[in-house]
Amino acid sequence: MQQQQGNRFFFNVDWITVLIYIALCAIGFVNIYASVPPEKTIAFGFSELYGKQLIYVISGLILGLAILLFDGRLFNVFSPFIYGGTLLLLLAVLVIGNKVAGNQAWIAIGSFKLQPAEFAKFGTALLLARYVGSFNPKFRDFKSIAIAALIVGAPLLLIMLQPDTGSALVFLAFMFPLYREGLSGYFLLIFLGMIVLFVADFLVPTWILITIITVIAGLFIYNNRRKQKIIFSTVLVTVFAIGYLFLIKVAYEKVLAPHQRSRIELMLGLKTDNRGAGYNVIQSQIAIGSGQVTGRGFLEGTQTKYGYVPEQSTDFIFSTIGEEWGFLGCLVVIGLYSFLLLRLINLAERQRSTFSRVYGYSVACILFFHVFINIGMTIGIIPVIGIPLPLISYGGSSLWSFTILLFIFLKLDSNRMGFF
Amino acid sequence: MDQLFNRKYIVQGLFIVIALILLGKLFYIQIVSDKYFLSAESNVLRKIYKYPARGAILDRNGKVIVQNEPVYDLMVTPNEVKEFDTLALAQALEISIEDVRKNLRKARGKSTYQSTPFLKQISVQSYARLQEILYRFPGFRTQDRTVRHYPDSVGGQLFGYVKEVDSADIANSEGFYRPGDYKGKSGLEKSYEEILRGEKGVVNTVYDAHNTPQGSYADGKYDINAVSGERLISGIDMRIQKLGEELMKDKVGAIVAIEPATGEILSLISSPGYDPNLLVGRDQGNNYMKFIVGNPYRPSLVRPIMGYYPPGSSFKPVDALIGLQEGVIDPNTTFFCPHYYQAGNRKIKCEHFDGSISLRRGIARSCNTYFCYVFQKLITKNGMKNQRKTYQEWRDKIAKFGFGEKLDIDMPYERKGYFYEADHYDKIYGKRWGYTNVISQAIGQGEITATPLQMANAMAIIANRGYYIKPHIIRAMGDKIKKEYVDKKYVGVDAKHFEPVIDGMQDAVNTSWGTAILSRIPDVVLCGKTGTVQNPHGKNHSVFIGFAPRDNPKIAIAVIVENAGFGSTYAAPIASYMIEKYLKGKVTGSRAAQVEWMKSQNLLPVLKDKTKPVKIVTKADSLLIKKADSTKKVKDSLSIRAATIKQSVATKPKGSKTVPLENPVTQK
Repeated sequence: MQQQQGNRFFFNVDWITVLIYIALCAIGFVNIYASVPPEKTIAFGFSELYGKQLIYVISGLILGLAILLFDGRLFNVFSPFIYGGTLLLLLAVLVIGNKVAGNQAWIAIGSFKLQPAEFAKFGTALLLARYVGSFNPKFRDFKSIAIAALIVGAPLLLIMLQPDTGSALVFLAFMFPLYREGLSGYFLLIFLGMIVLFVADFLVPTWILITIITVIAGLFIYNNRRKQKIIFSTVLVTVFAIGYLFLIKVAYEKVLAPHQRSRIELMLGLKTDNRGAGYNVIQSQIAIGSGQVTGRGFLEGTQTKYGYVPEQSTDFIFSTIGEEWGFLGCLVVIGLYSFLLLRLINLAERQRSTFSRVYGYSVACILFFHVFINIGMTIGIIPVIGIPLPLISYGGSSLWSFTILLFIFLKLDSNRMGFF
Repeated sequence: MDQLFNRKYIVQGLFIVIALILLGKLFYIQIVSDKYFLSAESNVLRKIYKYPARGAILDRNGKVIVQNEPVYDLMVTPNEVKEFDTLALAQALEISIEDVRKNLRKARGKSTYQSTPFLKQISVQSYARLQEILYRFPGFRTQDRTVRHYPDSVGGQLFGYVKEVDSADIANSEGFYRPGDYKGKSGLEKSYEEILRGEKGVVNTVYDAHNTPQGSYADGKYDINAVSGERLISGIDMRIQKLGEELMKDKVGAIVAIEPATGEILSLISSPGYDPNLLVGRDQGNNYMKFIVGNPYRPSLVRPIMGYYPPGSSFKPVDALIGLQEGVIDPNTTFFCPHYYQAGNRKIKCEHFDGSISLRRGIARSCNTYFCYVFQKLITKNGMKNQRKTYQEWRDKIAKFGFGEKLDIDMPYERKGYFYEADHYDKIYGKRWGYTNVISQAIGQGEITATPLQMANAMAIIANRGYYIKPHIIRAMGDKIKKEYVDKKYVGVDAKHFEPVIDGMQDAVNTSWGTAILSRIPDVVLCGKTGTVQNPHGKNHSVFIGFAPRDNPKIAIAVIVENAGFGSTYAAPIASYMIEKYLKGKVTGSRAAQVEWMKSQNLLPVLKDKTKPVKIVTKADSLLIKKADSTKKVKDSLSIRAATIKQSVATKPKGSKTVPLENPVTQK
């Protein structure tokens, strides 16, 4: 009994996930170390990026273990306050935040800098889980969808105002937990369709797209000519799709900033600019491509060592992995992430409470968005969107927010037998 | 709830699909394509080339005749340049401020981050001045390299010149040459380019994203040390090369001297010559236009191997040898010379009265009649029929002496001369033609032309009594001697037939009735043959060919002085001075004064100003115009018609009067 008492806090914790967490942090540290110029690694320095990252990793681990000490029920209870707190921070950053590279995303407290958008993710995840867990909506009605949209939309909107499009995009990840809880798959399809149409609109003249959409809709209606309801909704979708096509043209010019437009155009291969906007992606691709099968070896990557990839320790850390560890290194990293994501989904599914399950799905999908967008960007299949690679990229805010996100779920999971 | 549980698989499936997409793209850029790997290399790697010293050339006595001299290029890396004192730099370099700006702009145009030449081959004085103040000009640095130097200032056509490679050279070199490299463009510099140039060294240096050098790549594993070009040892004797050029001063023509036993060229002189040092350094382009292109006597025509001259009387010994070998004559055969030779309606004059004449005397007296008879006998040896066949046989036998084909000397642009096969005459005369149609070839006139090299080589054959070794200038590269230079080429005439012919050649120089008696060398038996080559375009060419001494010959020579008249007046004495200098080390006795006289003779043909009509003022002027008219023919007499040179003659300075010459060669 005494022994059980001592183990109470860490009882039932999924240590495999913790190991993966530690492995990814270690990979991050090693590659950040490689990314700093060689002359700064002669003597180990805590003022260098890798030194700071080591502090972040250790403190992150302590933070994670500390979270395991809490009673899991607290997160459910306090979720509205946590959510509210992060919203306040997001408001505050718009007022007192420091402008860095055009984005007002940072709050400086002394020498310590905080990025509220990172923390808004788990605040949102918690409240969304609370809502679904408490009211058990099936998202068949407008009201429940609207409430969920509000919970996700509020922080998203505030982040857009910074403007930090990348972080805001990540909030789209909440579609998946909602989908799991009953949201119609059409929402995902519509979302996918919008992306496809967006890309297609750049590559193919609009009138051809309209013709194709109309023909497909016509065939579909002909096949279902007895079912009035389907005919009606098909016509509706077609009209919306065509309207959307015209809207893209306008929105693209008016809403997106010039640098965002050029990033999209570069990714789609509509223009090349190896010295300017495209420089970063090109150099990143060169770095990764030059790694070949087994990589150049630790500290041997020339692109990395001689500073050819800007932002390499933060958003472009994956280029260091690709260059120095090659395809095998990339395989290990993507394998670890995939394993983690699949495991998180499995863990989520074994929860008794809806709250824990929704939260678990949210964690997995947020991680998924980050990994996909970040790696996709470094190898040139996604336009440059400045979001970090979870647990690997340099940065305290990002590392801690992912730690909190993950360890809250691990705590909930360890409590899965409890009732609340 | 079950139904919704299945959505787990959709979400997990999506994760897997996306992971596979990422891995697929990674597989492509990391494993399938090597484009990125190469880009990474070119990002960081800069190859810095180290230039080797070009190989030196020695003469047969071990004297250095071509060597290297250090020069300095001022290089600039435009993006490292900060604001600097333009005036100070201009003064140090002795150029204008405008030039400083212009050169900097030009360098920027080439590359902003690579080191490019700002000013090439700056003087030693400028270099010394610059060294003290160079720290004030960030982005500038000096690079030393070597240029050619020719200590004796002779042998322009022999040595040739080196020049910066052009885009065609780079394209044709399969990656060897890069912009800024130098390459031999003519003469020995060209023909031995691959040996002289050595191997460039490479230092692979790594640069970071800010273009700052970060040291050696892979600890210098892929660096290559520069290897100096190999030293060439030539057969040239600089003493007679120099003497020959001095003797040929203000004359147009050529001298070729060969050591018969080895085939080594002792001297190869093309006149007008030029100082090869003129084509080195910054003024190369200007000097080339001024002294080479701008000289109406066309120094660019390397006369010893490119000039076409009818061999004239000097052809007679060869003709005699074939006659003896074929048995149509023997050493005692005599012919009657009525002061002319007549075949059909053709009449060939003779310059002397001897009546019945023997082979020995025929050669010594250069009897046209005798050799026309020899030729007639050779072509008609099978009767009057089928002379075409016997002509072709005769032609093939002469060709073995090296006429009508290239001797493959180790110099570029050698030409083979005209010496027609029977087919050629079929075209002119149809199927029916005989010796009378081609009789002029018996005395080395008419259709036949030869280069001075071929004539000298024919002398080497006679000196060797029946064979020659391929004439060559370079006898060894480092320690290697080419195998082809020991291979004796026999001409198909037995050794015994040579003595009667050599008797005649000895008499030509050493008896009172010989044609070259004035060119006799004390204590040396010089055997030779003068030629006064009828030049259809103007005054006769003066020709002498010969060898010495008679026994165990050391030197065979051919001298041609264009438009100088009798062979005995200019070509023979020049040859005798060269031979004496070579055999004895100096020209002895009263002949030393003759050498100086010969050097001072100006035999340059007079050129005609084509750009404007000439106004006749005095009788002297009209005489000059008569001469000038002949120069048109001189130009035609040389079969090479280089358009550029023609043009330069056509655009002579306009301000000139009756004798419109204003070029460095004719000015005294």
